[in-house]
Amino acid sequence: MSDTVLEVRDLHTHFFLRRGVVKAVDGVSFSLRRGEVLGLVGESGCGKSLTALSLMRLLPKGGARTIKGEVLLDGENILERTPAEMREIRGRRISMVLQDPQTSLNPVFTIGDQLREAIVRRRRGPRAEVMKEAVAALRRVEIAAPEQRIGQYPHQMSGGMKQRVVGAIAVSGEPAVLIADEPTTALDVTIQLQYLKLLKRLQAETGMAILFITHDFGVVGRMCDRVAVMYAGRIVECGPVRQIFEAPQHPYTRALIASVPKMTGPVGRLTTIEGQPPSLMDLPVGCRFASRCALVEQRCLDEYPGAVRVGPEHTADCWKVAPQ
Amino acid sequence: MKGEALLRVEGLRKHFPLTRGILFARTLGYIKAVDDVSFEIRAGETLGLVGESGCGKTTTSRMILNLEVPTEGRILLEGEPIHGLRGEALGAYRAKVQAVFQDPWSSLNPRMKVGRTIAEALIVNGFGDQARIDARVQELLLQVGLRPEQAQQYPHEFSGGQRQRVALAAALASRPRLIVLDEPVSALDVSIRAQMMNLLKDIQAEDDVAYLLVAHDLATVRHMADHTVVMYLGKIVEQAPTAALFADVSHPYTKALFSAVLVAGAGGQEEEIELKGEVPSPLNPPSGCHFHPRCPWAMPRCAQQEPALREISPGHSVACHLFDNA
Repeated sequence: MSDTVLEVRDLHTHFFLRRGVVKAVDGVSFSLRRGEVLGLVGESGCGKSLTALSLMRLLPKGGARTIKGEVLLDGENILERTPAEMREIRGRRISMVLQDPQTSLNPVFTIGDQLREAIVRRRRGPRAEVMKEAVAALRRVEIAAPEQRIGQYPHQMSGGMKQRVVGAIAVSGEPAVLIADEPTTALDVTIQLQYLKLLKRLQAETGMAILFITHDFGVVGRMCDRVAVMYAGRIVECGPVRQIFEAPQHPYTRALIASVPKMTGPVGRLTTIEGQPPSLMDLPVGCRFASRCALVEQRCLDEYPGAVRVGPEHTADCWKVAPQ
Repeated sequence: MKGEALLRVEGLRKHFPLTRGILFARTLGYIKAVDDVSFEIRAGETLGLVGESGCGKTTTSRMILNLEVPTEGRILLEGEPIHGLRGEALGAYRAKVQAVFQDPWSSLNPRMKVGRTIAEALIVNGFGDQARIDARVQELLLQVGLRPEQAQQYPHEFSGGQRQRVALAAALASRPRLIVLDEPVSALDVSIRAQMMNLLKDIQAEDDVAYLLVAHDLATVRHMADHTVVMYLGKIVEQAPTAALFADVSHPYTKALFSAVLVAGAGGQEEEIELKGEVPSPLNPPSGCHFHPRCPWAMPRCAQQEPALREISPGHSVACHLFDNA
């Protein structure tokens, strides 16, 4: 088995609307190694969630289509699989946890029913055995008194506990890849820390790789081995977490990290990024950050830079970085 | 004007009855959402109110906005009690104390041009004729970094950050002395968040307006607030000037909150306190110190006796038995 579990090559997912084409994901490439956590960071509308949904082949209704690219899961392009084959892949080989546990769980079924559904899909067995497995799954995500919880409904649990249940369902099929889309954004900070530690532990136990989507650099620092920064439909910088924090190369990454309020150091005016991202219906031919970039020159407007190698495993899409 | 108390909160309590039945309702108990809270906000300063869901920070801010009546205790604005105000006096209070809420998508009327939304407060307060109102609306839009002609646009034509600016312009219209900012930047993107925080600070410097900043993000509070109050289950557990608090975090809960903050940088913290369990129900809070079941330093006394808020250094108070002999 190769070291790379998931490889995404030149992924394009666009919305075809009556008023035009929204190029929400427009040339995304990255790879995910076995057992690593890759952060996918960016601001609203940069295409990070749509990238995740493209990988799951769960695009929203209303004109979204993946028109180009490859998603290689263990070397197999899952974009070519039929919907029936995808149903077998989802949950067993690639799984997902969403931001809001409330919408992931069905309010009219007990936690036990919903866990059982995930377990039975993988392996049928006598009811008592399945229930035992469901209890074990809850215990694994550190839910106290799982025997009682299993008969409860989602509304009887707190947000943090519901998110644990969703996590239990997502990892019950022992997937090779878990996509976590802002799983802790709706949680309080102390509960967030508990959940992140739990994810790390589950990852260590199962060896799964995690694609962790977030807008929060604090979460990236706590969770990720590598991080990819997205802007206007593309990954503009990708590298090891330490290098991205200590020596960000792309002007967008630099400005983004500088604009985060810090817990130490001087309290002064915060750095801001003036202007707005370009319209995804009318993307510039050159660098997409050019209109907001302090270092802009003619070449940036004329031609997209492409990934420049700036260090070991570290790339940035920028004309102004020093290649290595 | 800086320095004197603009708003004083004294022994504030809000207990919501929990009832069952409609006709012959029985009271099963009380949810002590806010339980004996006192602090003051000085003119032109920012007070940060920090805590997790259910700690009572929103109920406290709603009482300050005169949207909820306290069960006990009182709130004084410039020395005058605010509850029980009627008619014109209440209108005058509302002009002096304004609010900006978290969600810029739901706080503006989608069918109203934003110029009209901003003008609303001026019309209600009898600001003057149409020409004066228009001029003031233009001035407010400029002050929050928007263009005067944007008064003619509808909320859907703005981005989230711009909408929050519109909400701020509407709050500023009546020249308030205090604005309650309830999570004003947590729905915004990182780069937009910084713009909004800078703008709030600029406006405070220009207009000498005080802010009550209700927030869960400690880094935001650190950059915005002069004074910080930390709440847990309806009570203040620690309060201090922000710089002093960040230099010497004392209450175990505050310590846990700080250690849960994920610093934007690589690597972990030196000391990490992971709290076990969740915030208990405010319907049936733990005895003694409400935090004792989750506290890593809990002693037998903590389960029996409620710790009083005591000063450990000038202006810095902590409610914890660990500081009883300090």
